[in-house]
Amino acid sequence: MKKIIFGIAFIIFFSFLIVSAINMRTFGEPTYSEMDDYFIENAQSETGANNVVTSVVFDYRGFDTLGEATVLFTAVVGVVALFRGVKK
Amino acid sequence: MKEMSRIVKTVTNFVYGFIIIFGFYIIAHGHLTPGGGFQGGAVVGSAFALLLISYGSLNSKKFLKKDILSLFEGFGLILFIVLGFSGLGITFFYNFLANSGGWFGNAAVIGVNPGNMNTGGVIPLMNIAVGLEVLSAFGVIVLTMASAAEFTKKKENS
Amino acid sequence: MIGNLPYVAVVIFVGLGIYTLMFKKNLIKIAIGVVLIENGVNLFLITLGYRKGAIAPIYTYAPSGQAMVLPTPQALTLTSIVIGIATTALILSVAMMIYKHYGTLDTDEVRRLKG
Repeated sequence: MKKIIFGIAFIIFFSFLIVSAINMRTFGEPTYSEMDDYFIENAQSETGANNVVTSVVFDYRGFDTLGEATVLFTAVVGVVALFRGVKK
Repeated sequence: MKEMSRIVKTVTNFVYGFIIIFGFYIIAHGHLTPGGGFQGGAVVGSAFALLLISYGSLNSKKFLKKDILSLFEGFGLILFIVLGFSGLGITFFYNFLANSGGWFGNAAVIGVNPGNMNTGGVIPLMNIAVGLEVLSAFGVIVLTMASAAEFTKKKENS
Repeated sequence: MIGNLPYVAVVIFVGLGIYTLMFKKNLIKIAIGVVLIENGVNLFLITLGYRKGAIAPIYTYAPSGQAMVLPTPQALTLTSIVIGIATTALILSVAMMIYKHYGTLDTDEVRRLKG
């Protein structure tokens, strides 16, 4: 009984997803791209790096990367603390 | 994990150094070519995993030390935070080395160019810091899980 | 319809992941479902930033005069991939500890408090 209810809910959800995917905007034409055009035009003169993605990651959104590095560090601390009692 | 056959070990001996050099190449050229700290660190971490599964977790303890790796991880994170704070005269994470003429301070040629290693300001240093952190984080995770799996299997058999 | 095929691929990824989360009882399979949803979201972010006929946003030896793909979704996806690896490592570690403690990976068995 539970499986039937779950199955019906899953089918409804999945068909919603499919319909919304088909009705999305056309693939390959971004709607708003002013910020990214600014990055592409000015990244070389402002940060001096050829790779625009790297300059976004480490310069324009450096705070984001700091949080991400902290998450990775915390995950390592969690894994080590989880296996702390396991000797050898 | 038990060690694998002699064929796997020989191939690992051939390939291991090349994978690590390729990973450090990706880290060092992060501001010119596709790649950066995260990707290069992941490549070096996969080399550690290859070493671990071919030599077994007991044998690989001789040349992969967990303490040294976790030291490098803390060092990378602290270097990243210090680099972020040192631009604090203007804003947090300000690129104070770019276009200044000093370290990594040459101005890039606007438009398509073959690339100059001495550009990018603080970005190559941050690539190195994050690369150190990511590769040692992956190494610590893989080593810890492998030694814990060894213990679990031993207890099951007895 | 045929132009929106990448979005349908994203929906298939996310749908398979949610199916795995709803109907499977094994902890390793649940971890695989989480990773599937995560890959679907990453693919969605990359797909949103694509421009037709554009090149990667890197100026080193780039063909001149062509449009470039939006860089911000790629940077966010890079962050998301590393966070996904960290969470996957934590999930698998917790699964290993549960197996060591209870001797099984079935969630129905784990639910009973065996001590």
